[in-house]
Amino acid sequence: MINILDTIMQGLLLGGLYALFATGLSLAFGIMRFVNIAHGDFIVLGAFASLALIQWLPMHPLLTLLIVLPALAVMGYWAQRLVYNRTLGRDIMPPLLVTFGLSVMLQNGLLEMFSGDSRRLDAGDLTTASIDLGGGLAIGVFPLITLVIAIALLAGLQYLFSRTAIGRALRATSDDPEIVQLMAVDSRKVYGVAMAIASATVGLAGVILGMTKAFDPLLGPPQLLFAFEAVIIGGLGSLWGTLAGGMVLGVAQAVGFRFDPGWGILFGHLAFMAILLVKPQGLFPKTRD
Amino acid sequence: MTTAAFVVERSTPAARAGLNTGLALIIAGASLPLWAGNDTMITLVEFFYFLALAQMWNLLAGYGGLISIGQQAFVGLGAYSLVVMAVFGGVNPFIAVPLAGIVAGVVAWPSARILFRLQGPYFAIGSWVLAEILRLVFSNYSALGGGSGISITESVSAIDEWWRDALSYWLALAVGAGSMTAVYLLLRSKQGLALTAVRDSETASESIGVSVGRIKLQVYLASAIGTGIIGALIFLTKLRVSPEAAFSMEWSALIIFIVIIGGVGTIEGPLVGTILYFVLRNFLADYGSWYMILLGAIAVIAMLFMRKGIWGWFAQRFDVQLFPLQRRLTIADDKAPSGQPSDTQKHD
Repeated sequence: MINILDTIMQGLLLGGLYALFATGLSLAFGIMRFVNIAHGDFIVLGAFASLALIQWLPMHPLLTLLIVLPALAVMGYWAQRLVYNRTLGRDIMPPLLVTFGLSVMLQNGLLEMFSGDSRRLDAGDLTTASIDLGGGLAIGVFPLITLVIAIALLAGLQYLFSRTAIGRALRATSDDPEIVQLMAVDSRKVYGVAMAIASATVGLAGVILGMTKAFDPLLGPPQLLFAFEAVIIGGLGSLWGTLAGGMVLGVAQAVGFRFDPGWGILFGHLAFMAILLVKPQGLFPKTRD
Repeated sequence: MTTAAFVVERSTPAARAGLNTGLALIIAGASLPLWAGNDTMITLVEFFYFLALAQMWNLLAGYGGLISIGQQAFVGLGAYSLVVMAVFGGVNPFIAVPLAGIVAGVVAWPSARILFRLQGPYFAIGSWVLAEILRLVFSNYSALGGGSGISITESVSAIDEWWRDALSYWLALAVGAGSMTAVYLLLRSKQGLALTAVRDSETASESIGVSVGRIKLQVYLASAIGTGIIGALIFLTKLRVSPEAAFSMEWSALIIFIVIIGGVGTIEGPLVGTILYFVLRNFLADYGSWYMILLGAIAVIAMLFMRKGIWGWFAQRFDVQLFPLQRRLTIADDKAPSGQPSDTQKHD
């Protein structure tokens, strides 16, 4: 019994990390119908950026967020303005294959700069501490913090979209990128801003990933798949659905790991396929397209 | 003024020349094991399987509009079908290769039922999930070697070495030339017309009675079967199958780069792309990661600025087609200045 409870709890906490991975992907699709195949590689890039900063000037990984987040946001803005905007249109092939090319380039670029060794962002006691809940049940402090960060991020984005001027511009552009031009909104710039926000969340996800587990340059694709599965399980375009999707994925993986360490990821993928089979719209489909 | 008679023509001089050259090359190519060295044969085997893989992906993505980044699923399935049939079932490996296509098709069918629920870009990532599932299943299946893989050497060791190399080569030649012929014949058939119609507009083709769902399923299955056969052939020449190598992402990366650079949605494109890939690899293979970065960069630039790739640009600039798929309307009246491009109208 205690084992079952423990597994589910680990899974739910893992869901926080996956929701963090998925937020940027979900945002870019929600606003621009843009799917970034290099999403996972940008997460890993965030982790390596943090690592490079620490190597240059030893500091706590969380402090590197002050530089990594703005840096990735600026990069995302210009990637959107200079590259991704050129690919948007009726044909889905250019955005997919351009970002696929970027994904391979990023992986090999990181390999060239940092070698294939596994790295970790050392955060001292923070990542090893746990809270004893009694009865042999304990939860890690850092996974809990991750979940809280994910919830705070989603709440913050919810606020941004519903209450602020930039949020209105983002929603309006998502509804009709041509009509908003009549209201003096430049949809190309709005797309840039949307990608900047999405990329900042990617940076956050990267630093948290680096503190949670070991990473290497080729770890991007699995993170893309986890993010993608969380988005689809939760239901396209639903921010809170993404959190639920991440948790379903996390629990499925935790259950798999409990049976056999080699089955964790596999169980996650199979759960995704099963949900696709019985509920193709995801758990919390958004009725408005 | 005389009334000009219109003739619908399909074949062009370039196409006839291309067909003759192609046939001559295949015949010359078939005799290669008799006189060429081992290195040449190994390189050509690789050339043929990359050509065939590219042709299969092009059929799926360029014509079927199903952009998959998980075709390594079927490369790996083909490889493991070969292992099961040849190592455990005692089937002659050269017979197991075509049979591997059936296994790939059998797995592809139910997979399609699930993956087709994902739209456009999400289908792409979904296809990748399928490949990962298969990789993880075989990594965990210790009877087939688990994560460290399994050797198929014992199943081919009974065959004389010269015959083994020659048979592998002929099989590769057949797969390479066969994939081009199969795609060409498919596109000229009724299904091919429906397929190009679906590529151009799903709504319009649905309205004239094309079953879009069915045609996409057929293309997906055809591509999976072809890729499975190629996968078995690849690992027949590599002699060792491991989940990491068989279900490697690099298969998809290379195939996609080849097709994008050569020209997506044309039969000639994969051929041009494969040739270019081998030339580049020859010069740059020593540079490791930089070589993949360069290949990726060329593909990104092609997708941004030359969407139809090298062959697409070339065909448009010089109005050449080696594999005639278009019907051209020409004025046949000998008084009319025939043969000028202005009299010719192209229809895909």
